[in-house]
Amino acid sequence: MSNTFLVAVDGSEGSLRAAEFAAERALAGKTKLVLAYVIEWSPYSFHTPDELAERHKRREEEIERAQSTVLDPVAKLVTDKGCEVETVVRHGHPAQTLAELADGHDSAQIFIGRKGESRVATLLFGSVVGSLVQTSPVPVTVVP
Amino acid sequence: MIRLIASTLFLVLASATAHAAGGIDETINTATAPIAKFIGQIVFFKIPVGDAELPLVVLWLVIGAVFFTFYMGFINIRGFKHAIQLVRGDYANPNDAGEVSHFQALATAVSGTVGIGNIGGVAVAVTVGGPGATFWLIMAGFLGMSTKFVECTLGVKYRNENPDGSVSGGPMYYLDKGFAERGMKGFGKFVGMFYAIGIFIGALGIGNMFQSNQAFVQFVNVTGGEAGSWFADKGWLFGTVMALIVGSVIIGGIKSIARVTEKVVPFMAIFYCVFALIVIFMNFDAIPQAIANIFTGAMTGEGVVGGAIGALIIGFQRAVFSNEAGIGSASIAHSAVRTNEPVTEGVVSLLEPFIDTIIICTITALVIGTAQVSEPGFALVGVQGIAMTSAAFEREISWFPIPLAFAAMLFAFSTMISWSYYGLKGWTYLFGEGLMMDRLYKLIFCIFVALGCMVKLGPILDISDALVFLICVPNILGLYFLAPIVKKEMDSYFARIKSGEIKKYTHA
Repeated sequence: MSNTFLVAVDGSEGSLRAAEFAAERALAGKTKLVLAYVIEWSPYSFHTPDELAERHKRREEEIERAQSTVLDPVAKLVTDKGCEVETVVRHGHPAQTLAELADGHDSAQIFIGRKGESRVATLLFGSVVGSLVQTSPVPVTVVP
Repeated sequence: MIRLIASTLFLVLASATAHAAGGIDETINTATAPIAKFIGQIVFFKIPVGDAELPLVVLWLVIGAVFFTFYMGFINIRGFKHAIQLVRGDYANPNDAGEVSHFQALATAVSGTVGIGNIGGVAVAVTVGGPGATFWLIMAGFLGMSTKFVECTLGVKYRNENPDGSVSGGPMYYLDKGFAERGMKGFGKFVGMFYAIGIFIGALGIGNMFQSNQAFVQFVNVTGGEAGSWFADKGWLFGTVMALIVGSVIIGGIKSIARVTEKVVPFMAIFYCVFALIVIFMNFDAIPQAIANIFTGAMTGEGVVGGAIGALIIGFQRAVFSNEAGIGSASIAHSAVRTNEPVTEGVVSLLEPFIDTIIICTITALVIGTAQVSEPGFALVGVQGIAMTSAAFEREISWFPIPLAFAAMLFAFSTMISWSYYGLKGWTYLFGEGLMMDRLYKLIFCIFVALGCMVKLGPILDISDALVFLICVPNILGLYFLAPIVKKEMDSYFARIKSGEIKKYTHA
């Protein structure tokens, strides 16, 4: 049985709204919230040998930073509201990774905030929300 | 701190430049020539085989490569498909995302080996060893895959994980620890140190001065040649600029330059191969004859000093120069990968000599070969090295020497960045990890980049060349000793793949 909601958190105001929105829904059905932060990363990028040697260290730092500065405050916020919370930091392609996490955590839904970027910016850089909607295995709620 | 180093660097370069105008070339040359000759005679000690001369160290590398190919049961063929699966990420645990992937380790190691040798070195092989040298070049690449496999597996297995989370690996570590495990602690320490010194000096030579020097030569060529180019006598200027760029990456930590290069180099390599294929097909009629020449040349060695054996020696020698199998340098880069199975990185590293030698070098050889068939003597007598490759391209595509020069410079640059790291690992093995020593090394490295363009460093380059080949002696010796460990790991790994204990991860 699906018993979690996955919330995409990136520290933006939109993601905060998504977390609050999801928290209300979660409380209603006693669903557990999974707060996920995806650090954009590709296994096919190129690096110097120096960077490779330090990669493990950097990764730990990145995860630590994401956890303490982004996830922890949001987690506290929703815990205070009375939700059961789990947090996860993962490297990867944002939309694809969120879809995989939803799968792995047996989530019933994904909540994600919208940045409201201009059309040109979306055209140039693509949008996480757009591609998540296209690829997600579960329903996606986009919080404006 | 960075500013201090930058200004010191500038002062040193300025004074070196002032001297270069005087007799510094002469002084260095006369002082080092006898030493270079002495070391060269020992390292490249040749035994006569018919009319040809076979350097013992090349024989040492070839015997090693043949032995590892048989001992590991033709891992270079067996492991090939699995190597591609690993690089594709089929076996990558999603929980480890963000760590160094197999693809990244391979790409970085390939950037370090694909260099001037792939463009110029092949031309040297074909000029001296005839078309038949190409056959042996490919053969050496094929056998070298097995040596790489052993080296890189050991590199990962015996690497050091530093308290700060970074890793240091490479032959000095596996020689040191591996021999210690076999109860030869003192000897391991000694060969580890020896290797570290060798790789440090090699990094200043073939990984540095040789690269910046060749980049400068090709740059002068396309800007008007020795006589016409404004840059012809401005080696100090080119060298200083090059040193500053290298310095800004390795000392200043300006990652963006490195990142751009690391991104551009693979595309350059692809671009080079695509255009080379176009040029080969523009000589379509000549292809069968060119390929036939490679095979007959390999067997008969027509017109080559020493005949077939002569062609064989030259082919093997150039292949080693190009793919570095047996020298152990690449295992330093490969050891950064995050894996619980050292064998996986060894398997991935198989692809390195394949890409470097079997694909890129062969393509270059065919460009020259087809040009020779359709227009014998297309290049002027005396034209060789990178200039010959350039001439073969120019026959079909008149503007190609310019992008070729650009590619050569980028290859040189990325090779320097990779080797600066290899040398650094040798250096830190000797002196320990520490910021001051780290900076000192990098400063020395930058000065040598500039020197490479400024002074005619024949003898010094010879010493560095000799040392790089000398370190393959302890390296391969170590590989023999540690090969049973690698074989055990390999057998266990492949057994677990077969039984399904190690599974592919399915990605959504």
